[in-house]
This record gives sequence, C-alpha cells and structure tokens, in this order.
Amino acid sequence: VGEMETAPKSGRDVPPKKDKLQTKRRKPRRYWEEETVPTRDGASAGPPCNKKNRELRPQRRKNAHILKKSRISKKPQVPKKPREWKNPESQRSLSGVNPGPGSSPLPRSKAKTRSRLEVAEAEEEETSIKAARSELLLAEEPGFLEGEDGEDTAKICQADIVEAVDIASAAKHFDLNLRQFGPYRLNYSRTGRHLAFGGRRGHVAALDWVTKKLMCEINVMEAVRDIRFLHSEALLAVAQNRWLHIYDNQGIELHCIRRCDRVTRLEFLPFHFLLATASETGFLTYLDVSVGKIVAALNARAGRLDVMSQNPYNAVIHLGHSNGTVSLWSPAMKEPLAKILCHRGGVRAVAVDSTGTYMATSGLDHQLKIFDLRGTYQPLSTRTLPHGAGHLAFSQRGLLVAGMGDVVNIWAGQGKASPPSLEQPYLTHRLSGPVHGLQFCPFEDVLGVGHSGGITSMLVPGAGEPNFDGLESNPYRSRKQRQEWEVKALLEKVPAELICLDPRALAKVDVISLEQGKKERIERLGYDPEAKAPFQPKPKQKGRSSTASLVKRKRKVMDEEHRDKVRQSLQQQQQRHKEVKAKSTGARPSALDRFVR
Amino acid sequence: MTANRLAESLLALSQQEELVDLPKDYLLSGSEDEGDNDGEREHQKLLEAISSLDGKNRRKLAERSEASLKVSEFNVSSEGSGEKLVLADLLEPVKTSSSLATVKKQLNRVKSKKTVELPLNKEEIERIHREVAFNKTTQVLSKWDPVVLKNRQAEQLVFPLEKEEPAIAPIEHVLSGWKPTSSMMPVPAPCPGNPLGSMGICAYDIRASAKLLNSSLLPLLPYRYHKVVKKGKAKKALKEFEQLRKVNPAAALEELEKIEKARMMERMSLKHQNSGKWAKSKAIMAKYDLEARQAMQEQLAKNKELTQKLQVASESEEEEGGTEEVEELLVPDVVNEVQMNADGPNPWMLRSCTSDTKEAATQEDPEQLPEPEAHEVSESEGEERPVAEEEILLREFEERRSLRKRSELSQDAEPAGSQETKDSSSQEVLSELRVLAQKLKENDQSRKQKASSEGTIPQVQREEPAPEEEEPLLLQRPERVQTLEELEELGKEECFQNKELPRPVLEGQQSERTPNNRPDAPKEKKKKEQMIDLQNLLTTQSPSVKSLAVPTIEELEDEEERNQRQMIKEAFAGDDVIRDFLKEKREAVEASKPKDVDLTLPGWGEWGGVGLKPSAKKRRRFLIKAPEGPPRKDKNLPNVIINEKRNIHTAAHQVRVLPYPFTHHWQFERTIQTPIGSTWNTQRAFQKLTTPKVVTKPGHIINPIKAEDVGYRSSSRSDLSVIQRNPKRITTRHKKQLKKSSVD
Repeated sequence: VGEMETAPKSGRDVPPKKDKLQTKRRKPRRYWEEETVPTRDGASAGPPCNKKNRELRPQRRKNAHILKKSRISKKPQVPKKPREWKNPESQRSLSGVNPGPGSSPLPRSKAKTRSRLEVAEAEEEETSIKAARSELLLAEEPGFLEGEDGEDTAKICQADIVEAVDIASAAKHFDLNLRQFGPYRLNYSRTGRHLAFGGRRGHVAALDWVTKKLMCEINVMEAVRDIRFLHSEALLAVAQNRWLHIYDNQGIELHCIRRCDRVTRLEFLPFHFLLATASETGFLTYLDVSVGKIVAALNARAGRLDVMSQNPYNAVIHLGHSNGTVSLWSPAMKEPLAKILCHRGGVRAVAVDSTGTYMATSGLDHQLKIFDLRGTYQPLSTRTLPHGAGHLAFSQRGLLVAGMGDVVNIWAGQGKASPPSLEQPYLTHRLSGPVHGLQFCPFEDVLGVGHSGGITSMLVPGAGEPNFDGLESNPYRSRKQRQEWEVKALLEKVPAELICLDPRALAKVDVISLEQGKKERIERLGYDPEAKAPFQPKPKQKGRSSTASLVKRKRKVMDEEHRDKVRQSLQQQQQRHKEVKAKSTGARPSALDRFVR
Repeated sequence: MTANRLAESLLALSQQEELVDLPKDYLLSGSEDEGDNDGEREHQKLLEAISSLDGKNRRKLAERSEASLKVSEFNVSSEGSGEKLVLADLLEPVKTSSSLATVKKQLNRVKSKKTVELPLNKEEIERIHREVAFNKTTQVLSKWDPVVLKNRQAEQLVFPLEKEEPAIAPIEHVLSGWKPTSSMMPVPAPCPGNPLGSMGICAYDIRASAKLLNSSLLPLLPYRYHKVVKKGKAKKALKEFEQLRKVNPAAALEELEKIEKARMMERMSLKHQNSGKWAKSKAIMAKYDLEARQAMQEQLAKNKELTQKLQVASESEEEEGGTEEVEELLVPDVVNEVQMNADGPNPWMLRSCTSDTKEAATQEDPEQLPEPEAHEVSESEGEERPVAEEEILLREFEERRSLRKRSELSQDAEPAGSQETKDSSSQEVLSELRVLAQKLKENDQSRKQKASSEGTIPQVQREEPAPEEEEPLLLQRPERVQTLEELEELGKEECFQNKELPRPVLEGQQSERTPNNRPDAPKEKKKKEQMIDLQNLLTTQSPSVKSLAVPTIEELEDEEERNQRQMIKEAFAGDDVIRDFLKEKREAVEASKPKDVDLTLPGWGEWGGVGLKPSAKKRRRFLIKAPEGPPRKDKNLPNVIINEKRNIHTAAHQVRVLPYPFTHHWQFERTIQTPIGSTWNTQRAFQKLTTPKVVTKPGHIINPIKAEDVGYRSSSRSDLSVIQRNPKRITTRHKKQLKKSSVD
C-alpha cells in the first residue's frame, strides 16, 4: 500500500518542477510553444498508469494554470500550502519537500493525538467488554425476602427466618447475653469473618464469629468508647476512656497512643491505612497505622465529636455536629471540604452507602433523611420517626438500618443502586436493650447489633454482597494468604493527601499549575513558542513585493483561515442541529403514552 | 502539409530526444513543399525581412533554393527527385570502383560525428545532480515508509526481529492426530464432492462430532449429577435400614412404614398424569377416538383431584372455574387441534386459537387466586375495564383542553367532566383525572412563576407539615415567625436551584407537593394511615420491652431524660441553627472572594490628620478591583457550603505538564481516565493494558532492520550509486534521461 501511496505523491510533486525546467529550456523557442505545451503536458504524465493519471487530474490542471504564471514567477508552490495543511496524510511521505515552514509539526501532532485518543477509546471499550464478560463468573446471587402475597415482610420475625433457612445460615443468628458490661460497640473485620466488640464497662473480645472461636477476651478496666479492627483481624484499636490503645488478636496491648485522647469514635480507612479518631476535645486525628505517624490533627471547631462515619467511595470522613450540620473532612485540608445543614437539631447518626452516593442522617428532630452526595447534597427522602434513630448503618447492597431505642428497623431499596425507600420497613426486630452499635457483616446476610444486653447477630436476607473478591477480601483466606495480601496492600497504599471529594482527581491534569507554567515560560522566553507564527509573505522580485501586494497576500491568507474557521463552525452547528433533531425524534411521545397512569 | 505536421507531432510525442532536431526537419519539409506554393515562400521571405528590421536579431543566413528543372553541372539542386542529398552520392562516379569505398566510409564516419554540445555551467549541473539525487533517495527511502509507520503504530515490538512462521498447522495434521474417543462419535468416512473429502470428513460431520464432543467430554450435567446422588442416597438408606432391622426390629418396622408412606405419596402425585404408557397411547388415539379422549380427560380429572390440596368450602365456587381452566391446559394441544381440524380451518388461525385459550387461562389465573382480597381487586379491575375507553377519550379531551387554556383555572375542567360522566364508577376515574390535570397545570405554573414570590409558598408549605404533624413541640414557640422568614429565604433559594437539581429531587418535591396542595382525600388518608401504623408499631412495642429490660432501666431513663432535655434545648435553638448556618455561609463566600486592592494614601495631596478620610473620588480612583472569580459550586445550594480552596497536597500528585502530542488537557485526561490496575480490571485486560511497548530478548543481538526482513529485495543501493559514478559530464540530454528515469 505504501508504494501505491507514495508513487502518486512523488509524481504529483515532480511535474511542476519539470515544467519549470522545460519552460526554461524552451525559452528561445517561444515561437511554437503555444502549440506544443498542452500535448507535451499530457505526454509527460501519460505513460505510467491510468490510475495515477486519474488521481493527478485536478492537480495537473492546477499546474497548467500555474505554468502560465510561472513564466513570470519561478515559485509556483506558495499557493499550495493551505491545501497541504488540510490533509496531513499526504505530509508524511513528502518528507520535507513541502516548503511551508512551521506548518508541518502541527498536523502531525494532531494526527498523533487523534490516534492516541482513538487507542484510549478502544482500550476502554475492550476493558469494559471484558469486565462485562467476567460478570458471568459472579455465580452467587443475593438473598431476598418476599412476603407471601402481599404480606408485610416487616412482620416476619427472626424466628421465622431462622426456621426457613438452612442450618448453616440459621447458625448465623445468635444472641450473646452479656448484661454485665454494659452496652456494646461492635465491629466486623473487612473480610466479614471476625467480630470484635467492646462493652462500656471494659469488656473487649474478638472472635471468629462463624465458628464461634474466641480469639481473645480481656477487660481493660476502663470505659471503652469504640472498637475497630485495623487492616486485618490481627490488630484491634480500642478507644478507651483516656487514650487510644491497640491490641493484637491475643489481647496483648501493643500500643498506647497518647496523642489521641478521649476518643469517642473510630474509623479505619483500609486503602490508606489511616485510623481516623474523633475526640471529645473536638479534634479529628488521622493516624497512619502502617508507619505509626499522625498524619493530620484537624480541629473541627464544633465542640464534642461523637458522630462519625466514612464514605467508602472516596475515604472522606463525615462528622455530625450538634448544630445540625454534617461536615466532610480530608486529611489534606484544614477546613472541611463541605458542610451540609441536615437537621434542625443536632445530628445523632450518619451513614454513607458503599457507592458513596447516598448519605443517611438522623437528628434530634427525630427525622431520618437520605441525602444525595453527587454534588447536590439535597435530601432525597425524609421521614419522621417516633423516637429518632440513634444509630445508622448501610449494608453492602444498600440496605439501611436504624436503631431506635431497642428496636431495629431495616429499609431496602428497589435495586442495588437505588436509595432505600423509607416508606415501608423491610424488617424490624426488637432487642433486649437499647441499641448501642450497628454494623452489617460484609459478604454475609447478617446484621450485628450491639446493645445493652449483649450482642445480637440477626439475619437480613439480601444485605451482603454475595460475591467476594478472593484477592481483596477473602473470608476463607489462610494465614499465608493473609500475609501475602498484607504485603500487597501495603505496597498499594494510597497516600493520605489524595483523599478528596472526587477520588478520580489523580486522573486529571492540574490545570492551574499548567496555565501558570505556560505563562512563566512565555515570560522567560519573551515570546509564545506554541503560538502560530503569523504569515509572512516572501519577498518577490521585479517590483512585485510592493507594500500593497504584500498586504494583499497577507489578507488572502487571513481570509482563507477565517473561511476555514467559519466552515468548521458551520459544520459543527449542523452536526449539533442534527443531534438535536435525532434526539427530539427519539424522545417523541408515543401514542401509547396516554395509557400510562 | 497538415498531414505532415500531424505526423511530426506524433513523432515528437514518441521520441523526446529528437526534440532538438525537430525544427530542422520541419524546415526541411517546408522546403520540400516549396514547389507547390510559391506564395508561401514569398510570405516567408516577407517575414524574414520584417524580422530583420529588428536590429537586435542576428541575421540568418539566407537559404539557397533555386527553382530549376534542369540540372546544371555548376549547380547542385535536390529539387527534382524529392530526396535528401547524401554526400556520398557526390563521390559516386559513373562507374563503381572499390577504391572509393574507404573514402565513403570515412565520410560517413565524419558525418555521424556531431558537434559537441556546449556543457552546462557548474551550478546548474550541481543543481540537477542534487535534484535527481534527492528524487532518487526519496523514492528509495519512501519504500520504508509503511514499515516505519507500522512499527510506530505497533502495540508491541519484539526484538530481535524474527520471521514468523505460520503458526496455524494445516488441517491435515490436526485431523490425522484426532481419534474418536467414544463409539458414539462418527468415524471419519470419505465424503465425495467435498473439498475436505480427501481428509475423510465433511463439514457436516465435523459439526456433528463437535456436538457429541461437547456432550461427552463436559463434566456431568446437573440433572445427571442429581441422579447419581439420589441413587447413592437410596443405597445408603437401604444399608442403614438393614442395620436398623438387626438392632431394633420395632424401629425398623416404623421406618419401613414411613418409607412406604413416602413412596405412596410419591406414587399418588405421579399417578394419572398423561405421562404413562397407557396415557401416551391414548393421547395418540384421542385424535381419532372420542372414547379415548374421554378416558384421558377422566384420568386428568382424577389427577387433579388427587393432587389438589383441600380448600375451604367458601372458595369452592371460584376454584371450580380454576380447575376447568387447568384441565383444559393439561389436555395436550393435539386433542384440541383435532377438534378444530374436523372443520378444516386455517392452520394459522388454529395456532392463534389455542394460544388464545392459553392466554385466557393465564389471564384468569391471577384472578383465581384463593385469596378473597385478590379477587376483589380483580373484580374492581373488571369494573374498570369497560370504563377504560371512556377514560381514554376523556383524558385526551382533558389534555387538549389544558393545552388550550393553560392560563385558566383548574376548576373549569370540573363541570365539563361532570357533564359527561353519569355513572359512579366513571366519576371515580374522573376525580383521578382531575388530579392529574391539576398536577400538570401546577407544574407548568410553578415553572412559570419560579422567580415570583408566589412560587415560594408551596415550598414553605411543603417543608412545614412534617414537623407540624409529628412535633407540635417544635412549632409552638414564640419565635415561630422568624423561623418562617428564614424558611422562606431558604425556600426562595431552593426555588432558584430547582432547575439544576437532578430529577429524583424534583419528582419527590412534586409528589410531596400535590397531596398538600390538593385535598386529595384518599391518598392523604392512605399516607396518614401508614404513618399511624408505623407509630403504632413502634410506640406500642417499645414500652412493653422496656418493662422487660430490668437491669438497664436506670440508664434508659437517663438517656431518655437527656434526650428530652436536648430536644427541648434544640426546640428553642432550632431557628438559630438555620440562621447561624446562613451567616457562616455568607462569611465563607466573602472570605473566598478575591479582594480588591486599595492603593489610596491618606493625606497624600490633601489635608491629613486624625479623623480625616480620603475623598470618595480618590478612593475610587486608586481602588483596583479584583477580577470576578468563577461562580461558586454551592451558589444554588442553600444548605451547603463547599470549600473552594485548592487542595495543594493533591495537586502535588497531579500531572502539571502536558506530554508531547497533546494540545489540550482534556485530551490527555481522556487517555488516562481508564484505570489500568488489576484492581479495576480483569486479569486479561490488565495484562493487555500493561504490555510493554518494546520487548527485547536478553542475550540476543539486535541487528538493524534489513530489507529482507520486511520482504524487499536488497538491490536498492545500486540505484543510488548510478548517478555518482560518472558525474563529470552531463549534458541536457543526459539530464532529460535522468529526469525521466527518476519520474518513472
């Protein structure tokens, strides 16, 4: 193909020169020139091949036209420049024959950019197709609960569910009666295999809750405010009355972090290895557990902090305040990223769903609201609860649980991506004491409730994600696998500074710095190196480079450019018009719409 | 003469080299024609005379051409014969002699030697050389263009380059190694008239064998698996039973009885279906035999009877209809078909008939549900059905009306509607309709009046009722008016932002608004009922529980008390919350705005001192106004403050210099927007995305690319050297030749 391409081009390029030479040669014989020129021209291009001939036709005519001029001026190529500019394809093989200075790099880079974009697009499509195909491997289906012909699922009690499910699942419903050590907070590990709980009166325990194998059980002889697993089940962070302590799974105290004092709530950001602590003193502290350094200590300036949750999508910490606002924090900023006025009373609980789309808040005004976090921060639905919810939690598949006194209400949405509809509770359950901690177990249809009477693990069909990523969080992993995962996770640790509202910020160009750098460069050089050089007509002899003609030539080039621009904009307009037309035809109401109620 | 010229021009076309000599020929031929027309010659002479008038021109030597028919011995003329005069002819004597031959030859040789042409000057020669060399080189090098292009665009290059051999083995090899693994597979047999025939398998066979391969080589299918499992279980049970009989005969008997019972149950369920041998034969016979058909139906009825669960007596009526339906369904389609066949109708019609019955059955199925509630629903549906057409018409009418008189009030629609409807059922429908129309109108109006203050009222109303219903405590305060104002402010802002909000919010607002504005009795009631229901559910349950929870009751009270206190506190502080927030937002907006620079120097050019301020004119003159920044993201979100500060820590990780081919940052962003990590991609995709651009084999020498590697012959160098060999002498003729060769 290359040969075919190059051949006509060289041919195209040569004839004018030849003509030029011929004219030179023939000068003394101008006498019969008029007769022979047309035939000669045909003869010179005639022999090679027909196809070439056809291709050359428009060009040749032009040459013939130029030829007449070329008796006067020896450089016939100048007016050709804009044409070459338009199709960069021809530029490639001409390799420097074309005189246009500065015009050649631009189209080439343009074509390159286009090809790069095309490649990127193709890659994206391919990967998405592959991802869609691999969805076939997600064999497990989520559980569900359906009432018999219009029966309210909220009326189905745990005993019924336990009766209906298989033995293995039924064993996941259990109660731990621990009335001695006060209301319990609890936390599941990321794999959903381990459970840690701490009672207010100092009771701390961790167990493999599936097999009910106790890992450790200690009394820290101090009030326990909150408890949380770190990146693996081997490490436990316990917010005690004075300081933050870290234990291992044997119950041995490893660290006592005195810089985090009077901690009320803990959150662990698994991809950043950050432990976020909210304290009574009003500080939000980020502790990097991989290096043991405090990354940031932010003063929220809103008094005591005791409502905290993390957004699993972008690792932003949500704090609830007594003035009804929820503030969003990142360790990179001293001020909150955003502040949302949610309630007219203080905020009692906050929860964010796993896709980072919805935030549920409950306040002292007894209202439960679901906010849209995709830029608008507006309430999508609101519901007034008789007692208000003191604790909220989202499940992996978007179920929302609220603990109100000693009752737990669960709401479910229509699909996975839809917010839970607060119209009708999906399940309700009454516990033996007021709720103090709530969490859905990952990858299981289980909700763990910590209350004053101990721990209750209840079955919530459809709560957990049925398919787990074996490389990321494998509930069945062995010790070796865990160690390997730990190393990999540490290698892939995300820097704490990258936490911001848009987690894809890293894939964006820092435009401000870019502009600044460009400006500075221009200043340094004294001119803009990327600016297109203005057209400078070449000086011509025999009095033809008079000022008037120069201006005229300049004018011509400018007009040509302008025309190009106009043409382009017109084309764009037409396209837009077409699109609009297509859209309007697509969205035309069908005749059957009138039947829709 | 014209013919002559034409011939010459043709000659010129074919032989370019003779171009230089051509004029001579032309002249010669001109002299030939001289005899024919003297006028021409005269004219020529005239022209010459005229041209000679111009002093600059060199005078040409006059041509000697005398017209004389006689041949004189003093004069030479070639006129008569019309041939060219050859010099050798002059030598020729009357009698031929051999001694003259050498002289002749010499003469010829002398004649063939032409005068040496004038060499071109040096610059010109060099220029021509350059041109030609350039053309040659470009031509030679352009051969590599596609190769270079291909390599540049290649996703991956592997060095050292190796010639690939076709990786696909010919089919003969593949097939010769293949052997049937089971007896079910067709043995390769010659298949005539097939291109693949020589290999012994035709295309069809291949396909068939592939199918068989699939079935035999794949792991056990689920049903097979279950079969195997079942068998195993039965065996195990039998063994256990045997053991039990030995140990405890009484228990064994019981077990036996149980097994028997289970078997009976199973048999019962299986019996009287049309799957037995007898039933199948009857089904065939039923086409032609009325009795057989009857027998079959009887059997099916029995089956129905046996498999049916016991029903409550009150529902028996409905159930009967249902059984009939099911019966019809259970009778194989063939039977019905035959009945129709007697009449001999169109087979297409037949198909539709049977499907119709099916459809009817499926339609009636939900109605036949044993629940009385469901039945009621279906009944009501049935009632509505006749109304439906009317309703559609009405709706159309209504819509048209609303379109025409959008500005009019909605009450106008009511009388029109009531006139047209008579029966009660249609009135119900109409009320719904009215609500719909109302909604439509409201939407339009609200859209129109967005900017006006009226539009805010519904908004405020919307926000009000929820607390009103649930918490009288909150609203019975002395400062209520203030809060309302604040709320209005909020509402206004919300109103503005309505345009930009996503749809779900809007819809939610509308759906909330409509029940509040319109006293739509049934809907409201429903909602209220639900609310009360919820309340009942929670309030009634919790006290009973509390009484049970003895050990924690103290704390509970404590919490309750605290809650109460906080609630009261909150109730009085509620309006402050909003005001404070608005204030905070205002401050944040102010702080983020670029500041103006005031360059006035107090006391400069005028009186200074304590208490004197520079004049307003001066201040205005020296005030540098800051450029207006971009609009804030939370401009239209009254309840949100979004921090506009740039996150420099994140920015440190971002790309700040555009890489080469990109001219706009969005182009580059497009290329890096897909994550390439294995966390986000499948393994295959990840590998493909991260393939290295160049792969080299360690320990191998990478030689430069050769023409043979890409399939060219390597003679291209010799072409280049042609010109270099003899650059000394070059004349115009050479030049032309070179040129020609370079063009071709």
